[in-house]
Amino acid sequence: MWMSSWTSARQLRAKGIIGMNRRNIHYIGRYNDRRLYPLVDDKLKTKLLAKQYGITTPDLIGTVTTQFSVRHIRQMIDSHQGFVIKPAKGAGGKGILVIERSAQGVYIKPSGAHLELKDVERHVSNILSGLYSLGGSPDVALVETLIRFDERLAAYTYEGVPDIRVIVFRGYPVMAMMRLSTAASDGKANLHQGAVGVGLDIASGTAIRGVQFDRTRHDHPDTGQELASLRIDGWRDLLLLAVGCYEMTGLGYLGVDIALDRDQGPMLLELNARPGLAIQMANGEGLRPRLDLVEREPDNVSSERRVDFAQKHFARRSELAAAQSTGDATGPTDRGRQDARPAAYPGIRR
Amino acid sequence: MSKLPFYLLVGLLMLAGVGLSLYRHVQQEVPWTPGEQRQIWAVEAEVNFNAQGGPVLVDMALPSDQQGFRLLTQNTASPGYGLSFLEENGARRARWSIREASGEQQLYYTAQFLVVPWAGDPEVEPPPLREDIVWESPYNTAAAQVIEQAWARSADPFTFARELIREFDEDRQGENARLLLTQFEHSPLLVRLLNQAGVVAREVNGLLLEDGRRRQSLSSWVQVFHDEDWALFNPRTGDRGRPENLLLWEAAGQAVLEVEGGSNSRVSFSMLSHNQPATAVRHRPVDDTLLNFSIHSLPLEEQALFQTILLIPIGALVVVFLRILVGIKTSGTFMPVLIALAFIQTSLLTGLIGFLLVVAVGLVIRSYLSHLNLLLVARVSAVIITVIAIISVFSVLSYRFGLNAGLTITFFPMIILSWTIERMSILWEEEGPREVLIQGGGSLLTAVLAYLAMNNPWVRHITFNFLGVQLILMSLILLAGSYTGYRLLELRRFKPATED
Repeated sequence: MWMSSWTSARQLRAKGIIGMNRRNIHYIGRYNDRRLYPLVDDKLKTKLLAKQYGITTPDLIGTVTTQFSVRHIRQMIDSHQGFVIKPAKGAGGKGILVIERSAQGVYIKPSGAHLELKDVERHVSNILSGLYSLGGSPDVALVETLIRFDERLAAYTYEGVPDIRVIVFRGYPVMAMMRLSTAASDGKANLHQGAVGVGLDIASGTAIRGVQFDRTRHDHPDTGQELASLRIDGWRDLLLLAVGCYEMTGLGYLGVDIALDRDQGPMLLELNARPGLAIQMANGEGLRPRLDLVEREPDNVSSERRVDFAQKHFARRSELAAAQSTGDATGPTDRGRQDARPAAYPGIRR
Repeated sequence: MSKLPFYLLVGLLMLAGVGLSLYRHVQQEVPWTPGEQRQIWAVEAEVNFNAQGGPVLVDMALPSDQQGFRLLTQNTASPGYGLSFLEENGARRARWSIREASGEQQLYYTAQFLVVPWAGDPEVEPPPLREDIVWESPYNTAAAQVIEQAWARSADPFTFARELIREFDEDRQGENARLLLTQFEHSPLLVRLLNQAGVVAREVNGLLLEDGRRRQSLSSWVQVFHDEDWALFNPRTGDRGRPENLLLWEAAGQAVLEVEGGSNSRVSFSMLSHNQPATAVRHRPVDDTLLNFSIHSLPLEEQALFQTILLIPIGALVVVFLRILVGIKTSGTFMPVLIALAFIQTSLLTGLIGFLLVVAVGLVIRSYLSHLNLLLVARVSAVIITVIAIISVFSVLSYRFGLNAGLTITFFPMIILSWTIERMSILWEEEGPREVLIQGGGSLLTAVLAYLAMNNPWVRHITFNFLGVQLILMSLILLAGSYTGYRLLELRRFKPATED
């Protein structure tokens, strides 16, 4: 039925889902000072700032700022096996070129596609001329080291690096999801392009629910890996890193994108002052109750205490595991349950 | 953060907008709908007299704005005569003059009157009570007796006037009345008697409007004042009130026509009624007060320009509505409004076909340009030239095939089209054709809806004639800007999140 793909505003409100208008006016407009936007809209600034605050980011190999210096890109990347080129002001993952390895002047993307030096140069040139930046303004290209992502996560992703998006509100981590690239998303971690979003329990870092193209999924479409076993190691460290970005930027409503490096642990990929709402779908829960709860908390709470608060109040039981064990969907989730602790979660490690 | 000042501002804007619009409607008689027809009377006065060979001075009363009628235009035809319009004591008069004239003379005055049933009378200053009335014997006793009889049967000046007029009714005339009528004319006599009894009154002259009548003369009426009020009485029947088709020509108690240096003077009237769309009659000279300080005082050409400019907020409102309340994605926020403006020039179907053709061909050529590895500004500039070339080719082709509608394609804003093509092309490369369809379709849908709203005759009429509507639009847009509820399409988007 046509009606079956629609819901009512009342139902959404009951679920605590927030819409674009509310996000824009009530959260972004109220908590994000516009003059702080450049800190997150320019990845170079974010990177330098993160260094000051001791937040780990992928190492910067170099920057290209003029069309003239595009031809020197070779000297910059020669000594690196793999690298990433991204526009400083790119939005939504646009214009990011990942080279997994290079040999004899051939650059190989994660998909296996081969590029030549002139392709790389053209990409840099496009970045400089503002092809990927907001409003087409001239831009700067960043060249970063490749993240050696945790091998244990390899089965959960196809081609791309999985990243974790944490919504940080007034310094509290309110909701998190992992984005797994798929063949459909062409190795990109954008949900609307077909990446799988996996809601993560704030208390434990285990998978709650998976969605692709807005439909529930229990496994990765390409690798076949079931999602229930997904568990992020060093979850608390990751949350602390995410929460630290609040002090770093001063932005009250922030999307923090984090990748997990094999050796260096969680790394800040980029920040977003206008994070999307798809995270609600991945979690099967609205942001509103959590945001309301955090709004009532006082200012100037230490980051440790904020993470404690979130882990205590936002704990959830996995829908995936329950569905697996009983072969049936679970009943109402115990959102905001006070006594739920990680012990209750059947997090299975690979 | 208190919302009160915001809602006050919105309320204030809304009130000001409604107030200004009502003012335009009531005070300046601009109708709410464009199709409304207005009745207009064209009245011609023809003055005839025999000039005696010397200087001639003709002085004629002229009608002013009054209850039910508004003066639109007036013209005179009087070759060789000098002419001036005078205004004294609220009464308008025309004065023709010539140094030397002889023989039969004709002067013409024509006026166009708009029928406005709801228009009230301007303030009328009552004339002073004449106290210098002297009756000769035996008329003094006759007058006194007539007044006494009428006075006894009346309660106030109006009923007194009615009873007095009835004293002179053909059937009931008494001896006194007949005696008085031998010496005085009917209407002046009534005024004289009323004044004698201390009632302020005067004789006025009006024209009963009947379509297509010629050689009509003015009829005389008695205007009786009491306190702030006044009433018209038919001097023959004593009936109170003014007929709807009565146009007061001379309303100051003065002579209708005075001719110096001529004889046998008379004035006759012919009249014609016709209907006009109300919009055509709004160009009425208005006083230069602050409230009339509007774009309607501009030359017609600039007004036509403003007619389009004032529609843009309507398009903006449509965009605001579709984006904030419905949640439709468009490529470029206000690009659809500009496309809709082009549709107004091209007509919808031609516009749609033209737009799709230009964008489709542009995308193909743009995909080649993307291989050339050009800098952004140069690439968009190349697209602009391409768009111009496409438009030229289509214009020539459609002209050759006899499709004149195709020529209107030149109305499309070419820079905007180029940016649209550029954006769509990038979107295609990065997000795939599906997103291009979503955003392109959203833009076109928005453009079509904006076009339908902006091209609606009623909307055009309202936005152009009621500047207050702009304030109302502003307040609506402000309100929409503070809407935190769900967008219509989010009810669909978030549906899976409500399922367990």
